[in-house]
Amino acid sequence: MQVELTVNGDRRSDDVEPRLLLVHYLREVCGLRAANVGCDTTSCGACTVLMKGADEGGTEGTSVKSCTVLAVQANGQEVTTAEGLADGDALHPVQAAFRQEHGLQCGFCTPGMVMAAVGLLSENPDPTEAEVREGLEGNFCRCTGYHNIVRAVLAAAEAERTGASA
Amino acid sequence: MIPAPFDYVAAESATHALDLLDSYGEDAKLLAGGHSLLPMMKLRLAAPSVLIDIGRLAELTGIRAEGDELVIGAATPHAAVATSDLIRADAPLLAHSASQVGDPQIRHRGTIGGSLAHADPAADLPMALVALGGSVDLLGQAGTRNVPADDFFAGFFETSLDPGELIAAVRVPRRPGMAWGYQKFVRRANDWAIVGVAAIDGRVALANMGPTPLRARAAEQALAGGASPAEAAELAADGTEPGEDVHADRDYRRHLARVLTRRALEHLT
Repeated sequence: MQVELTVNGDRRSDDVEPRLLLVHYLREVCGLRAANVGCDTTSCGACTVLMKGADEGGTEGTSVKSCTVLAVQANGQEVTTAEGLADGDALHPVQAAFRQEHGLQCGFCTPGMVMAAVGLLSENPDPTEAEVREGLEGNFCRCTGYHNIVRAVLAAAEAERTGASA
Repeated sequence: MIPAPFDYVAAESATHALDLLDSYGEDAKLLAGGHSLLPMMKLRLAAPSVLIDIGRLAELTGIRAEGDELVIGAATPHAAVATSDLIRADAPLLAHSASQVGDPQIRHRGTIGGSLAHADPAADLPMALVALGGSVDLLGQAGTRNVPADDFFAGFFETSLDPGELIAAVRVPRRPGMAWGYQKFVRRANDWAIVGVAAIDGRVALANMGPTPLRARAAEQALAGGASPAEAAELAADGTEPGEDVHADRDYRRHLARVLTRRALEHLT
């Protein structure tokens, strides 16, 4: 089936099998390898990307687990992966904060964490620490590096509010 | 994990979806958010030949007040139910229950109608609908019929939906300011309830204490007769037939039902 998506700002048209999962579409058809397949059961969040309808304005989209979305369900939608966050060499404030606060250890969960955090901050730009922890409850870090991840998200929120770089 | 092959059709309207259900027959499945169906298809526990996508039909989404009821489109995602000002004011037990489903990403995709149609006895929303005395509008070729929650859940992952019907909307009574209780016991964050309890207005519903969400009728009758929450809660497991699994045997589930019912009734919000 022919699908038309906007992925990281690029309009694409691809012929896909209906059973193709969005995460496999992104990785294997688009060649974007940031979204990882971790648990493959809608639990770990490593495959988190942002998705929004073409008619939705405003935010960058809502966070979804791309292992549990069909590429055909994303037909006509805009999808953003971690590759689409930076503006040239300038990191997105959430990416910059993860680097600044060392919000990663092995890095496998990081693209999903970053996308979930971007989605969280678009819904709640000034979260408390508890709200960050609850907002990231769908993302597992098996290095258990949550402390710095939460600090990074709070720092990114602060930086976005004040307009400063993290 | 990859689902078995299937054909995909995006329905253009609810009536188009019904026509597609008719023409494809019982091998077809409706797809909305897909957060119950797609995991089952990936595990090959389900292998429909056709998916009929109703997830983006505007006529099946949205939240509105209609007289003394709230009407929620079946394809409304959990996140919208959890954050709706209208639902938080007039049916806060439903908003809270929706906020307890899965995690944020799951709540962005999963829908209220999908969760009810899936009819997992351990799930939050079937229990909440039973506690609230809500109902579902089922749309078929012959028109719409309204089915109370108590009659909708027919068995383990079974509902009284006919093969040619879809859930169009969910109805719950508006009861602003009425106290409610909700308890869910889990071993891990984000998990399904080992046992869950929802209580409001003298009704007590239990999750995972049988093949469907159940009313704790003995406890309800005791409350109606003037029993204290602790006295009524002692009867919460009466008449239940809970299953056994790696998390809990029957006796432990019955114990949890009594304890959680007491907590739900003693800590009304």
